[in-house]
Amino acid sequence: MTSLNLEPNFERGDDFYEALIDAHRSLSAAQSEMLNAQLILLLANHIGDHSVLLAALRKAREGAKADTPL
Amino acid sequence: MQAVPTNYQELTFPYADCEEQRSGLMRHHPVAIVGAGPVGLTLAIDLASNGVAVVLLDDDFRLSSGSRAICFAKRTLEIWDRLDCGQRMVDKGVSWNVGKVFFQDDLIYRFDLLADSGHRRPAFINLQQYYVEGYLYERAAGLLNIDLRWRSKVVAIENATQRAVLTVSTPEGDYTLSADYVIACDGARSSVRNLLGLESKGRVFRDRFLIADVKMQAPFPAERWFWFDPPFHRNQSALLHRQPDDVWRIDFQLGWDADPELERRPERVIPRVQAMLGKDTAFKLEWVSVYTFACLRMDSFRHGRVLFAGDAAHGVSPFGARGANSGVQDADNLAWKLRFVLEGRAPERLLDSYCEEREYAADENILNSTRATDFITPKSAVSRTFRDAVLKLAQDCAFARTLMNSGRLSIPTQLNASPLNTPDADYFSPALAPGAPLADAPVRFIAKHGIHESWLLSHAGGEFCGLYFCDGTMSPTAVTTALTRLRIRLVLIIPSGMPPTPIQTEEALLLEDVQGLLAQRYDARAGTFYLIRPDQHVCARWRIFDPQLVQVALARATAMAQV
Repeated sequence: MTSLNLEPNFERGDDFYEALIDAHRSLSAAQSEMLNAQLILLLANHIGDHSVLLAALRKAREGAKADTPL
Repeated sequence: MQAVPTNYQELTFPYADCEEQRSGLMRHHPVAIVGAGPVGLTLAIDLASNGVAVVLLDDDFRLSSGSRAICFAKRTLEIWDRLDCGQRMVDKGVSWNVGKVFFQDDLIYRFDLLADSGHRRPAFINLQQYYVEGYLYERAAGLLNIDLRWRSKVVAIENATQRAVLTVSTPEGDYTLSADYVIACDGARSSVRNLLGLESKGRVFRDRFLIADVKMQAPFPAERWFWFDPPFHRNQSALLHRQPDDVWRIDFQLGWDADPELERRPERVIPRVQAMLGKDTAFKLEWVSVYTFACLRMDSFRHGRVLFAGDAAHGVSPFGARGANSGVQDADNLAWKLRFVLEGRAPERLLDSYCEEREYAADENILNSTRATDFITPKSAVSRTFRDAVLKLAQDCAFARTLMNSGRLSIPTQLNASPLNTPDADYFSPALAPGAPLADAPVRFIAKHGIHESWLLSHAGGEFCGLYFCDGTMSPTAVTTALTRLRIRLVLIIPSGMPPTPIQTEEALLLEDVQGLLAQRYDARAGTFYLIRPDQHVCARWRIFDPQLVQVALARATAMAQV
């Protein structure tokens, strides 16, 4: 079982961040939501490891709403 | 001259008085079953054809009104085969294995539920519930020890320690009867459950669906077609299924705000159907229903002398065909246990294993059905976005097709955690692990009077049996002796092409593994022995036959041994 890696792992972090924001350029809010949803599904399948995915979901939920953990 | 086919929808059954009414005395029966639907009839046939007398009570005098359940799964057909009524269902039904899923205008996914060959039965047949009940009824009517009483409504139950007493209301007044066990197969609104003050609890879905069964000549193949957000029914789902007699099941999601009274009117239904089929297709409405559903179950399927099966015990959404199919599996699981307890071959606690096994199965069915429902009818904006994202990705990404859920269709439950199993001590591939329902395969049945092409499942079940994989060097005499003593029927399986003479015995059935599929599916070598329950589930297996181990495993499988 691998744990969720919270240490830097990007090859090119700044470039990725810019590409992520660029990917949403000129999209409506609904289109952006659709992009994000597809991106999450693509990356989740790429990671595959269920325990890593659950750890990422918990971490992200903490950031959104700290008082009710999964 | 051709016989006029029976119109099962118009059959009515006359009321007749019973022994209790004629004699004025309360009679005792081993088993009383309440509800003559698919589950109650299956259970009654299983018990009666194996020597247990049954009283079957039904408050109506007709079979199913409307098509209702239409998808009957391979395992259900195998159970009916064991009860000698599967062939009629398959002959009349529309067999199908393939499903297609459409998103908006495009076909995005095609699946085959029975990709490998060498099974007697298809993944599913579609058959109107009134045919199923009609065929089961006719099978039951041929059994002398089924006492089927129409227009007999249970209005009171005394669930005592030693027996249950039922008060039955009929057109000629009330009478009482007693039974060792009462089995409630009386559907989602079970009156037995209500009389005992018990509940089936769970989650109610806030959505409405329209069923329109239409009669038409149409070129669509015998496949399950499911649409998400189709052009003819925007933002909702739709389903198309073929039934016998040129009847087609069309299912439209309507949403929670739809008015059920209004939506079942022909002037509302016909335009929906016409939009789907195109304006040139002529059709006639057969049956219309607007429904909602819930996923729920009772906390326990046994309450003293009363046991619950089918929709009375658990309910699921229709996506996945897990309602009637799981009910028939309940009957399959319960019948032999009841019989063994009544015959003194097993202690009463064997009935508790019915609860453990079928409550587990109900949870599995509810889980699958709930997940499908959440995918088909997303309950929040973000859930809808993810659903649509999956559907968009599914067009060119294989991984997304695995997430797409238009119903995870009924497959039999693997009872791997059952206390009746003896865990593997030898190394085997996991496919047919203890708890698994048997896998079918073609065999050649070598009988004294001739050789017949046949199927494994035609030779297993009803009683405990042992599948013994042999080769020419082995003598099954010791095995035969040991199994006879334990009342286990021996099924000898020999490889293809081996001359049978050296091991032919009087007591054993001899099957030739014609295509080698049995050895492959059961991961079997010469000497491998499988112990099979009367309901065609594996309960133990070994690489080498040992009569002591078989005896212990049999004791465990009949709850004789406390584990």
